[in-house]
Amino acid sequence: MGAVQYIYRFVVGGFIVSLFAVAGDVLKPKSFAGLFGAAPSVALATLGLAIILDGKAYAALEARSMVAGAVALLLYSWACMQLMVRYRLRATAASGAAVLVWLLFSLGTWALIWR
Amino acid sequence: MIIQFDISALKRTRWYEYGIRFLLGGGITVVAGFLANRYGPILGGLFLAFPAIFPASATLVEKHETQKKHRAGMSGSNRGRLAAALDSRGAILGSLGLVCFALTVWLLLPLRNAAVTLAIALAVWMGISIAIWSFEKRHRGHILSPR
Repeated sequence: MGAVQYIYRFVVGGFIVSLFAVAGDVLKPKSFAGLFGAAPSVALATLGLAIILDGKAYAALEARSMVAGAVALLLYSWACMQLMVRYRLRATAASGAAVLVWLLFSLGTWALIWR
Repeated sequence: MIIQFDISALKRTRWYEYGIRFLLGGGITVVAGFLANRYGPILGGLFLAFPAIFPASATLVEKHETQKKHRAGMSGSNRGRLAAALDSRGAILGSLGLVCFALTVWLLLPLRNAAVTLAIALAVWMGISIAIWSFEKRHRGHILSPR
């Protein structure tokens, strides 16, 4: 993959993620705005390019893996909530620590099922 | 519960906070592409659902809510943390929508036009997320109570 493609990914990914993040900023109540924390931003930026460069079958395979990634994101968000409410961690610490939950579930699924 | 737009929230966000989110989003997208290229679409696809937006958003929510309370002469750190926890509750519901987004792309993409598939999947994410959020609200948040 060439440098141009990485630059394209960076700009498009940054733009789409920012767009969904701003939508989350301006919407109320907070729990509704939180929906945008799980928006398909990286997926939209990546799948479009994958379809063009590698074909629909390749992108469909990425989407199949994304199902496990999305379940991992659900567990991640739940872990964040628990860390903030039960263990009184600040948002930065909770959202950083919970990445372990995401990695464990998603990479665990990959290692156990698809590897 | 009525959904509202609060445009003034944009003024509370500093320029570098937008920059951080842009860098995080761009960075994760590059990493997902690199992993797919290096190790194949099965491993790379997992990272399409990496928490790219949530960490920065929750931190901002906490910071802005705490500042609001400070201006009113209160500590506000507890309120800020709980506001961020509410944000994570929304992300749990949005994740269910994201599972449906991924399922839609996986099953529909081999059969339909790519642009139409992505548009349908986005509508599915939004529709499912809002429906589950409304259902949860109607049940007074008992379904996802953190305690």
